[in-house]
Amino acid sequence: MSKSLISIQDFSKEEILHVLETAKEFEKNRTQDILAGKVIACIFFEPSTRTRLSFETAVNRLGAKVIGFSDASNTSVSKGETLKDTIKMVSNYVDLIIMRHPLEGSSRYASEVSSVPVINAGDGANQHPSQTLLDLYSIMQTQGRLDHLKINMVGDLKYGRTTHSLLQAMSHFSPEFVFTAPEELKMPVEYKDFLKKKGIRYTETTSLEDHLNDCDILYMTRVQQERFTDPMEYERVKDVYRLEASMLGNVKENMKILHPLPRVSEIDQDVDDTPYAYYFKQAENGLYVRMAIISYLMGYR
Amino acid sequence: MENINKELKVSALENGTVLDHIPAENVYKALDILGLKGISNQITIGINLNSKLFGKKGIIKIADRFFEDDELNRLALIAPHATVNIIRNFQVVEKKKLVMPERIEGLAKCMNPKCITNHQPVKTKFTVIGEGDKISLLCHYCEKISDIKSVF
Repeated sequence: MSKSLISIQDFSKEEILHVLETAKEFEKNRTQDILAGKVIACIFFEPSTRTRLSFETAVNRLGAKVIGFSDASNTSVSKGETLKDTIKMVSNYVDLIIMRHPLEGSSRYASEVSSVPVINAGDGANQHPSQTLLDLYSIMQTQGRLDHLKINMVGDLKYGRTTHSLLQAMSHFSPEFVFTAPEELKMPVEYKDFLKKKGIRYTETTSLEDHLNDCDILYMTRVQQERFTDPMEYERVKDVYRLEASMLGNVKENMKILHPLPRVSEIDQDVDDTPYAYYFKQAENGLYVRMAIISYLMGYR
Repeated sequence: MENINKELKVSALENGTVLDHIPAENVYKALDILGLKGISNQITIGINLNSKLFGKKGIIKIADRFFEDDELNRLALIAPHATVNIIRNFQVVEKKKLVMPERIEGLAKCMNPKCITNHQPVKTKFTVIGEGDKISLLCHYCEKISDIKSVF
């Protein structure tokens, strides 16, 4: 079976580093038509502007052609076609499938049915590995290394899949973590157990001010309304953290602020002009990392 | 009647399988897991029998039926301390202990309502995670962990 990227755990440490090094090459020269003549499917069963545009740009910059859809409502899926049949059909046409689907585990299933590699561009609240790899790339590019960094994750650590995947991926690189979250949105026990088993240190706090000045990476996340079943709980925590430029007076010189975007109120606009803001460049990095993932899975890098 | 039988004698098995030390509340689940509902073999079921080990236990005797180890080991998910006696010609010819399976397929349902296996005809696959007597299942697809009690 061809190699797919469904969960960040599917890549070994060596594969992660290989993809990051490849991404550096694409950042230096972002038009390389090494995949000329190939056709890649971008099938998005739920809308996602940022991720889809980033993947489609990556495909185009590699010289391949894109087919696909950005919303399942006008496709045979709305006639009741199973995911299996859609994937069987599409994988007969193309050389690689990039998919997003609202159901969790859908991409893993698709990779078992498909005759070509599958990249998971998000399966519900489960995994979004290209986001994790671009986070790693951003950390590596801003710090010059991945090893022995102190990473402060802030916001919704309970439902936020990006923090969970980043935690798993960073566990290869002897990090130290700070988890800044309100009581309701603390890091789940299973991830803390995972760190304990690996001997990785972490501290937990509810105060954003506590560890601003001793971290290398400040990983901010949005409190996502769509994950809450109780609207009152959302109201209580939605504005719990707000980072402003005035709070950054004593931070480490190398400290960078990351955010998977979109942001709402958790980072004030006045932070954008500080040397610590990196989230827009981080989104751009997604292009190079996705070019690297695609060319690696297709055997070209 | 001069002699009142204090016990209702259950006729001994000539050939078949006896599953003993099943937690009393899990006997029906055991029938499900082994696919015994609706088969034509003679089956004797005991529930809430006194047991030194459990307080109350269950027992299932199936005539003329023998199982593969893989089939039996699935029972370990809900009855890890169950014992298996193979009977031939009224004699116990073999006693077995169950081995917890590492993976199970097509058996339990994932408790995550957003899991693909609950929406499309996909056979479930789980990795069994056992820590002491607490058994849970890691879904191969959605990567969520279900407590064993919530999936059977």
